[in-house]
Amino acid sequence: MTERTLLSVEDVSVELPTPRGNLRAVDRVDLTVGAGRTLGVVGESGCGKTMLSRAILQLLPKKAKLSGRVMFDGQDLLQLSPERLRRLRGRSLAVVFQDPMTSLNPVLTIGTQLIETLQEHLELDEATAKKRSVELLAAVGIPAPEQRLVQYPHQLSGGMRQRVAIAIALSCEPKLLIADEPTTALDVTIQAQILDLLAREQRRRHMAMILITHDLGVVAGRTDEVAVMYAGRVVERAPTPALFKKMRMPYTEALLAALPRIDAAPHTPLPAISGRPPDPTRPLQGCSFSPRCRYAVARCHAEKPALTEAESREHQFACFHPIEIHAGAGA
Amino acid sequence: MMLQALPSALPSASGDPLLEVNDLVVEYPVGAKIVHAVSGVSLQIARGETLGLVGESGCGKSTLGRAVLQLRRPTSGQVLFDGQDLTAMHGDALRLMRRRVQLIFQDPIASLNPRRKIGDIVAEPLVISGVKDSAKREELVYEVLSAVGLDPNLVVGRLPHEFSGGQCQRICIARALILNPEFIVCDEPVSALDVSIRAQILNLLEEMKARFGLTLLFIAHDLAVVKAVSDRVAVMYLGRLCEVGPSEQLFASPAHPYTELLIEAIPVPDPDVRPAETVPVGEPPSPIAPPSGCRFRTRCPRADQRCRDEIPELRAVAPGQLVACHHPLV
Repeated sequence: MTERTLLSVEDVSVELPTPRGNLRAVDRVDLTVGAGRTLGVVGESGCGKTMLSRAILQLLPKKAKLSGRVMFDGQDLLQLSPERLRRLRGRSLAVVFQDPMTSLNPVLTIGTQLIETLQEHLELDEATAKKRSVELLAAVGIPAPEQRLVQYPHQLSGGMRQRVAIAIALSCEPKLLIADEPTTALDVTIQAQILDLLAREQRRRHMAMILITHDLGVVAGRTDEVAVMYAGRVVERAPTPALFKKMRMPYTEALLAALPRIDAAPHTPLPAISGRPPDPTRPLQGCSFSPRCRYAVARCHAEKPALTEAESREHQFACFHPIEIHAGAGA
Repeated sequence: MMLQALPSALPSASGDPLLEVNDLVVEYPVGAKIVHAVSGVSLQIARGETLGLVGESGCGKSTLGRAVLQLRRPTSGQVLFDGQDLTAMHGDALRLMRRRVQLIFQDPIASLNPRRKIGDIVAEPLVISGVKDSAKREELVYEVLSAVGLDPNLVVGRLPHEFSGGQCQRICIARALILNPEFIVCDEPVSALDVSIRAQILNLLEEMKARFGLTLLFIAHDLAVVKAVSDRVAVMYLGRLCEVGPSEQLFASPAHPYTELLIEAIPVPDPDVRPAETVPVGEPPSPIAPPSGCRFRTRCPRADQRCRDEIPELRAVAPGQLVACHHPLV
């Protein structure tokens, strides 16, 4: 990576106490994001991708135990005082959540929520903050922005609400935007608009982005690098073209093969992944994907494979029996 | 349960329609206003066919599915099932007819009663339809649970919360199959499921369709999912059908600008395929006050005065492909 590293997540684990024992939501994850770059984090429900983003933002549930180091812009976020963290979040570290209805305050107008953020972090006076708010709403493609300022979230559609959430996130020119399933609650046509909006604003502001999603289609065209997570761990990490063309981890291959393709003939049986992810309160001794993996051998059930380098330092995978390149991807 | 062979040829709508919907209208009041949820939809589904129904949220696709089953009574129009008009049926006649049709919902966990054991949930339709012999009921429950890939011995005594979303959807499918129905409306059956589980359930639906000779109305917003299972696809926008056609043909050469827009908006899992440059514009208008003429005209690049004045009727542009557009793409 030629760009300066903006965020580095080093050996981060998150444990959550549950009545059935400790749940290891994130298991020794290492990641880096360069300034202005986009990292896609892909995985199914419960794989730990949201907990990872919350660990970065230091927004974990109170009972959660976090270990490791999160370096952002030269500062160790785990060592910062709550006050300094609060100043950082919303300012240089911003987030957009999946559900814009719950991330916006339902009893405050759009204007109040935007102006509040601008006044809080940039110490603008009310008139300037209001002017900036109108500009921001216009920039995220909201028609008649002046009139929207006095509206409440429930008066807007889901797509419009997500645009407002993005406007708030972008308001203080963050260096890193974490977008956690930003389009999952939206229709496909609106999804395309929102993803385009994020990409455009990112280029314009030279902002780094972590795009968290369960949809490999979303990361394919819109990220520089992808990390695939399974059962709390990063199981493959690669520059986006390499991940799709030269994937080494059987889980990545299976996940991609299981997607219904628009170019496949109707009634083509899908190569489904049998079984389901392991119970996170009962960690497996071996590779967490081994019970569902068609290449698994005895060693996979007994020993956890570490992330190892493929042909380049940027491409890593955690598997004893990686898919051979040239053998052809797809099941 | 009977094992039936599927018709080998691709069924066409002109063949032997099991379901025929004629000029169906569903409207309901919201305060003093009226939501035009379904406005004059006509379609046919042949025996053994899967018709996919796609559209964005609020386009009326779920309302249409429910109106077909008379779970919401249509405002006007006809629903002919095996030649009989369901809209004219009431009471016992309708209840008897309902044994032949079933519904599978989006949220599998919410559609199972959390306090009842799986065995009882799956047997419920048998109880309602008057199968009094409990040994016979149990036999059928075991048979259908095995058919959907669950081990009956491990499942019948447990409660829904002990199962994952994918397993709950299998249980819902088992419940829908137990009366040996002919027709199932699947309303977004996989949209709440993860990618790896989604493929399992789609394969299961295909397998069950072949094994039990089912006819399906498959409602979803995901075009790739719809294409994977459907013989024909109907595209719906704001209460009206835009286009109907054989799956391959509709995806290869869409005739309605809205169909094209939907196809282009799908993110493709291939980094060499850049996201489409022609970004769809705007959002659908409210079904409370739909636009005059063609309802898609407010977002359509081809719209002109005629689209404002005249409602486009469905007409054939290719064999089996119907489009409601004044300026079709083919």
